[in-house]
Amino acid sequence: MVTPSLRLREVTKSFPAPDDPLRQRLVLDGITISLTTGELVSLVGPSGCGKSTLLRLIAGLEVPDSGELMIGSEAITGPSAERGLVFQDPNLFPWLTVRRNIEAGLVARGLLQERRDEVGEFMSLVGLEAFGNAYPHHLSGGMAQRVALARALINHPKVLLLDEPLGALDAFTRMRMQDEVLRLWSARRSTTLLVTHDIDEAIYMSDRIVIMTARPGTIDRIIPVTLDRPRDRSSSEFLQLRGEILELLHFAGGATPETILTARVASA
Amino acid sequence: MLQSRQISRKDAVIPGETEQPERASGERFGAVTIDSALANKTRLSTRALSVVPLAAAVALVIHLFLSTNEPAAEGRTYTLFLSLFFAVAVAFAITQRWWPALRARMRRLRPIFTVALLLLCAWQVITSGFRLLPLPYFPSPAGVLQSMINDRALLFDSTWHSLILLLSGYTLGVIAGFITGVCIGWSAPARYWGMPILKVVGPIISAAALIALAVWFPVTMLTASGVSNTRASYLDVARTLGAGPRYLIFRVAIPAALPTIFVGLFMGLGASFLTLVVAESVGVKSGLGWYVSWAQGWAEYGKVYAALIIMAAFFSTIMTLLFKLRDRVLIWQKGMIRW
Repeated sequence: MVTPSLRLREVTKSFPAPDDPLRQRLVLDGITISLTTGELVSLVGPSGCGKSTLLRLIAGLEVPDSGELMIGSEAITGPSAERGLVFQDPNLFPWLTVRRNIEAGLVARGLLQERRDEVGEFMSLVGLEAFGNAYPHHLSGGMAQRVALARALINHPKVLLLDEPLGALDAFTRMRMQDEVLRLWSARRSTTLLVTHDIDEAIYMSDRIVIMTARPGTIDRIIPVTLDRPRDRSSSEFLQLRGEILELLHFAGGATPETILTARVASA
Repeated sequence: MLQSRQISRKDAVIPGETEQPERASGERFGAVTIDSALANKTRLSTRALSVVPLAAAVALVIHLFLSTNEPAAEGRTYTLFLSLFFAVAVAFAITQRWWPALRARMRRLRPIFTVALLLLCAWQVITSGFRLLPLPYFPSPAGVLQSMINDRALLFDSTWHSLILLLSGYTLGVIAGFITGVCIGWSAPARYWGMPILKVVGPIISAAALIALAVWFPVTMLTASGVSNTRASYLDVARTLGAGPRYLIFRVAIPAALPTIFVGLFMGLGASFLTLVVAESVGVKSGLGWYVSWAQGWAEYGKVYAALIIMAAFFSTIMTLLFKLRDRVLIWQKGMIRW
């Protein structure tokens, strides 16, 4: 039995309904899941199924209504450097250079003096040695996202939370960045939870895929992906799994364009 | 090919050259093309170059023609001033040929200088030429220049006092406004209690003609707005990087608010100019504002205008310095800001 690195039990969360602030709307209902150390798990589901909320709960940026969130044997009580979070928008601090952005975590924790050498390591890890003095608005989307990854990784997080980190990139950059993220993950083996809209991305990258339903968000089922790495996006096994998941999502989420739209409005 | 281009550059000034069409269609990045384009611009602007010296000459001639109407001393200084201006303009028009930086600057400033000189002409024609305006209130440019020179010691002293008063008031106001702004923008209780006080007391105090407080109001308002509007995701990211409140305030919220804070600094500077002049003409017994009302009291309108001109230069210099500071502090926005 491998020790679970991240454990969620019966987690529920509700927010005030957008049309009536006095009424609470259930966003997540009874989420139970465990991630083993070094595992890469994807969260897939229709818009409004609370994937991002789940990530924010694990990051400690939100407090659950009930349930238990544990890292190892410690309960999550608030944000911490042991759980790194990367958003779809890289959210680099525009007033800091690339280098200073990557250093931010060390500066925030007062560790810059002793660990200054690592900054260069992480810059070369994501291939940005030459851009240390550039300001974020000069970077392309893929480069900015790599800085955001390095900024989260420099804290050596036990759990890495990725909220559609590649969602805003074009198809080619996206595929290249999927390999990049896999490379970083396999080098460090930090437990990773990846929210994505892209089923191909989920199959290509993860050990397990968690499929969620919307309103309220619940876990529909968990599909292990046993294909050997590196994976081939065009192999017949890959395509077969893809077909199964697409079918599942259709039944599970009832994801007609109309329901997706209302769910998006509701989650806004 | 290369050789023929080099030849064509050497002969670029000769019109009707056979290489001409080739040069015109040559690639943009070639040194040859850029060089000949520069040469072209210089050649084109030779006529335009004479505009400023010409305007100075016109002003000089009009002045000499009208100076019989004025006291000799006043006329002489202004003649000297215009002749000097003319000489410098001619010298610049010649030296710009070998001095590209000067050329670029002249291209930008030429229209302003020309119009300024023509306005001086018009002013002189209206005042000492046709005497269209009553004399003690509207002296000629020559009279103003003479007053400026005659009273230079007192004017210098007044400018100095204005500077001291403005800088101490402005600095005090900026510091106070910044601190209260960060408090109100960051903490909810401070906003609850601070905002009503700010809204009620701020405008009243501004009217009370105290520079520090006049600056304090806009700086507080915009610092508070900038800090409280910090993008939530910056704060979220910083928290997941292990940031505590100190990092969140000083390394995230305040830098994120800096562009807005600078708007407040500019507004505060404008307000401080206004209050400075009001304060000096009402209470303080020194400075340019005081000088203006004092000269007005003695009906020495030449001195009034002299002080006003110095005041304008004084304020615009300080404004420029603040712009320079902004460009420096907000260097990370380079290419993004438009004001």
